[in-house]
Amino acid sequence: MSLRRLATTVAALLAVVLVASACGGGGDDRSSETVTLDWGEPENPLVPGNTTEQNGGDVIGALFAGLVRYDVDTARPELETAAAIDTTDNTTFTIRLEPGWTFHDGTPVTAQNYVDAWNWTAYGPNAAQAQSFMEKIQGYDEVSTEAPTARTMSGLRVVDPQTFTVTLEQPFTIFPTTLGYSAYYPLPTAFFQNQQAWEERPIGNGEYRFEARTPNQNLTLVRNDQYAGDIKPTVSRLEYRVYSELQTAYDDLVSGNLDHVKAIPSSALSGGRWRQDLGDRAHLKEGLSTTTLTFPLYDPRFADPRIRQAFSMAIDRRLIVDQLFNGVYNPMDGLATSAAEGYLPDQCGVACRFDPQRARQLLAEAGGFPGPLTLTANSDGGHDVWMQAVTNQLRQNLGIDARYTPVPSFSELRRLANSQGFTGLFRTGWIGDYPNLETFLTQLYRTGASSNDGGYSNPAVDAQLSAADQAPTREAAVAGYQQAERMILADMPVIPIYTRPILYGDSQRLVSGERNPLDRLVTTSFQLAPQD
Amino acid sequence: MGRYTARRLLQLVPVFLGTTFLVYFLVWGISDDPFAGKCGQRACSPAYIAEMTERYNLDDPLVVQYLKYLGALLTGDFGQTFSGTEVSTLIADAYPITIKLALVAVAIEAVIGIAAGVLTGLRGRGFVDNLVLVSTLVLIALPVFVTGLVLRQVLGVELGWIRPSVPGDPTIGQLLVPGLVLGALSMAYIARLTRTSLMENRRADFVRTAVAKGLTRRRVVGVHMLRNSLIPVVTFLGYDVGALMGGAILTEGVFNIRGIGGLVFRGIQQQDIATVVGIVALLVIVFLLANLVVDLLYAVLDPRIRYD
Repeated sequence: MSLRRLATTVAALLAVVLVASACGGGGDDRSSETVTLDWGEPENPLVPGNTTEQNGGDVIGALFAGLVRYDVDTARPELETAAAIDTTDNTTFTIRLEPGWTFHDGTPVTAQNYVDAWNWTAYGPNAAQAQSFMEKIQGYDEVSTEAPTARTMSGLRVVDPQTFTVTLEQPFTIFPTTLGYSAYYPLPTAFFQNQQAWEERPIGNGEYRFEARTPNQNLTLVRNDQYAGDIKPTVSRLEYRVYSELQTAYDDLVSGNLDHVKAIPSSALSGGRWRQDLGDRAHLKEGLSTTTLTFPLYDPRFADPRIRQAFSMAIDRRLIVDQLFNGVYNPMDGLATSAAEGYLPDQCGVACRFDPQRARQLLAEAGGFPGPLTLTANSDGGHDVWMQAVTNQLRQNLGIDARYTPVPSFSELRRLANSQGFTGLFRTGWIGDYPNLETFLTQLYRTGASSNDGGYSNPAVDAQLSAADQAPTREAAVAGYQQAERMILADMPVIPIYTRPILYGDSQRLVSGERNPLDRLVTTSFQLAPQD
Repeated sequence: MGRYTARRLLQLVPVFLGTTFLVYFLVWGISDDPFAGKCGQRACSPAYIAEMTERYNLDDPLVVQYLKYLGALLTGDFGQTFSGTEVSTLIADAYPITIKLALVAVAIEAVIGIAAGVLTGLRGRGFVDNLVLVSTLVLIALPVFVTGLVLRQVLGVELGWIRPSVPGDPTIGQLLVPGLVLGALSMAYIARLTRTSLMENRRADFVRTAVAKGLTRRRVVGVHMLRNSLIPVVTFLGYDVGALMGGAILTEGVFNIRGIGGLVFRGIQQQDIATVVGIVALLVIVFLLANLVVDLLYAVLDPRIRYD
């Protein structure tokens, strides 16, 4: 009896909720033509040279087209707005533009637009996030400081409206591969006339035009019917919706209220639930994201490479990947991911293979490890579980006093890295800027490089990297980088742990909707299922 | 009453200055390098640091920085976030949503809470009383994010009756479930508060007098008992309105409501001083005003209380 009363009450309550939520529907006519995408607030204004993170990049990529684009599956670079990129000495590159490209405001895209955009990004007082992408161009040092002595880089020269030349400080054979990065997109005259107005309504040359934006809520783009690229977009309107939590976005996708999520929450990954939920609309491809543990080489306790190798061999990467990441991530066997040109399997060899006996032996040969070993990661990034597992493995397999000492936030981790304040292994992640092995080496392991957090320095490696940069052909360059990779791994300044693939999901309304291996939205690949 | 109100309004000024300064101090105090992690895995370029230091007056002593910020704030300039968005725009977009959600939650907790309290308070022990006591106990025991996640999963994903997330410009109907989640805890407290208060007053002298005078039951309950019993409830509701106007980080997160709570949370995470201090300044005023209204309401409910 009492149960029935309870049931009646609950039913009545739910009925009210149901009726009320049904009333609140209010759809607009365009909703059936609009594809909705999971998004977050960009960290910087939506200027190509000022955007290096994913959220901004997903919009910038739709608004702009660059000289080079990366294949949606293989990440192979191919020419887009460039008709040809020629060089004889790998120092001066002559870039000829494909005719017929226009900005959304109707003005043609000329060589001057590229040169102006690159100079703007390099110019110190503009404080652009992607400034360092210009550092190889001649004259960068004069414009990039806080008080620059020049406004433009001497290495950029406009030959005619369709042609310009780029002169680098030093030969860099794979330079054309890097040109697909968003920092190299052109900017229209409107940007330089009134930057603030432009930032409110960005004008690009890409497959979608800006429509509207409500900060912290959403941003909408409409199809650019004048788009000059050879792969035309099919969806007429895109809505980027801001979500605070990935799980909510995922629930929206599963219940049919969202068309694309840019990542899969870990709760859905466990037990492979996302594959049941999404079926063949669950996507996975190798990306450019690596996770490593870096040695603070400024601490003399880590000076002996045998100690570093012993730590590496005491970690069972396969076990961590299978048990904690549902076998979705991949154990690292080198410094790069398989999506990068120049990746060779098993570059690390035995040093990255789980062999606790050999590890103990190496450690004993090196005279053991004095004192406690700390392992540090930021707690706000979901790293606690696997870091704890690594700590336990080191303790059990080597018999050393290993402790996991997390810091609360990513910014705290970076503060410690920048001030060389670590006393033990610390987590470092890297996302390649372009699909080439070089992006995983130069900026991380060259002496004094911008992200060389462990303070690693080996003159032979520096020389090998320079030699590869200047190699006469791409093939020779790639072989040179592979050689450098082996040399670095022999020193083991970092312990490679795992690579994270690109995981995303689409709704039933979509026939296709892809991200490329650089984890950027490929809006031209989105296609709605035919309506019936 | 006029003088009292004026005095209370004047008290706003020091409280406002104190809280905003404290928050300003604390946000920068979180880390001694505000640019760590701002540029991803790379260290920020010196040119970027120089430009941002200039823009946010970071070279000045903290007090000077604060005064410069306050000066701009008083002329209506809330400043810009690191991503170049006007903080005033963010607040203008988010605040209506927060107010809507708060009103829905308060309406739910007031209507259901007081109704349940009156029902049980008048009747005394029995099935309804036990039902209310047990169900409120459950609500008090459950954290908000648990009720939120369960309702989102069941109603949103499995049954498909509601959308798991709330759109950018939500209607009242779309906020009903989040409002219920948000108001559930206070609803339970209000039900219990009303019940206890009524039970106490049921045996009070003035009620006996009213009954003895021969007043109708409706009048005894409605005018004499309820009016006196609701004073603690009104205090509680007033405080709750103030708290809810400050946004609801958990509920907003669960249902992806683009309100003020999530905005503050994100601001703190990213050390976006302009966002945090701007919103906190606003919230302090809202909270103090809500409290003032509650205090004034006492006098309306209870003629024995006077403000001179």
